[in-house]
Amino acid sequence: MLIRVTPERLNPEEAIEAVRRDEAGAVDVFLGIVRNTNKGRAVDHLVYDAYPSMAEKTMREVAEEALERFDLTDSAVLHRTGRLEIGETSLLVAVSAGHRAATFEAGHWLVNEVKRRVPVWKKEVWADGEEWIEGPESLGMERAPATMRGS
Amino acid sequence: MVITVLFFASLADAVGTRELSLAHMPGDTVASVRDRLIAAHPQVSEFTETLLYAVDEEYADEDAPVPAGATLALIPPVSGG
Repeated sequence: MLIRVTPERLNPEEAIEAVRRDEAGAVDVFLGIVRNTNKGRAVDHLVYDAYPSMAEKTMREVAEEALERFDLTDSAVLHRTGRLEIGETSLLVAVSAGHRAATFEAGHWLVNEVKRRVPVWKKEVWADGEEWIEGPESLGMERAPATMRGS
Repeated sequence: MVITVLFFASLADAVGTRELSLAHMPGDTVASVRDRLIAAHPQVSEFTETLLYAVDEEYADEDAPVPAGATLALIPPVSGG
């Protein structure tokens, strides 16, 4: 299992090779890419903050959950931090399994769970300002502990 | 003994630091530490409605104990990916 939070560029080939197995007939790869626009506004670049040790721990928990849930042979989850330019890869997920259906489902599920649970934050920087994004997909909005609900 | 408190993203900007130390008090919980933080840094109160907490890298409720030597992270809604 390959898990990493890093300021270095993410390399899809490394993740693919990490999950490739002789018994796995399928590898699904997801790349999260920095887009040049959000909600109609031109984005200049993004800055990612993270709690690296907890982020890696949470990514490992999510990846282990995926292995069991989808009967994967292996998985890789990598998230980049720091300043990312348009077109660069912020999130890299690769999963392998005996057959393709499990990899498609697992990849989709893993990306959603990473976005909801892993302590990473993105700041959008525009030509004329910047803002930390606190997205509706986050744990805080959808899966807050009972003590947080309705507060 | 002390507690280490971590701030991230918008909250780190608002507080002006990413990490600080607080004296540990007997019976400390996430809520009691947070309330002492708010007394020293009132701007934290603007975030509490959406904040989550982690004690030693595990998500924790407000009534979870914070032992001496622990690290409490204040976690704004995450937005990775």
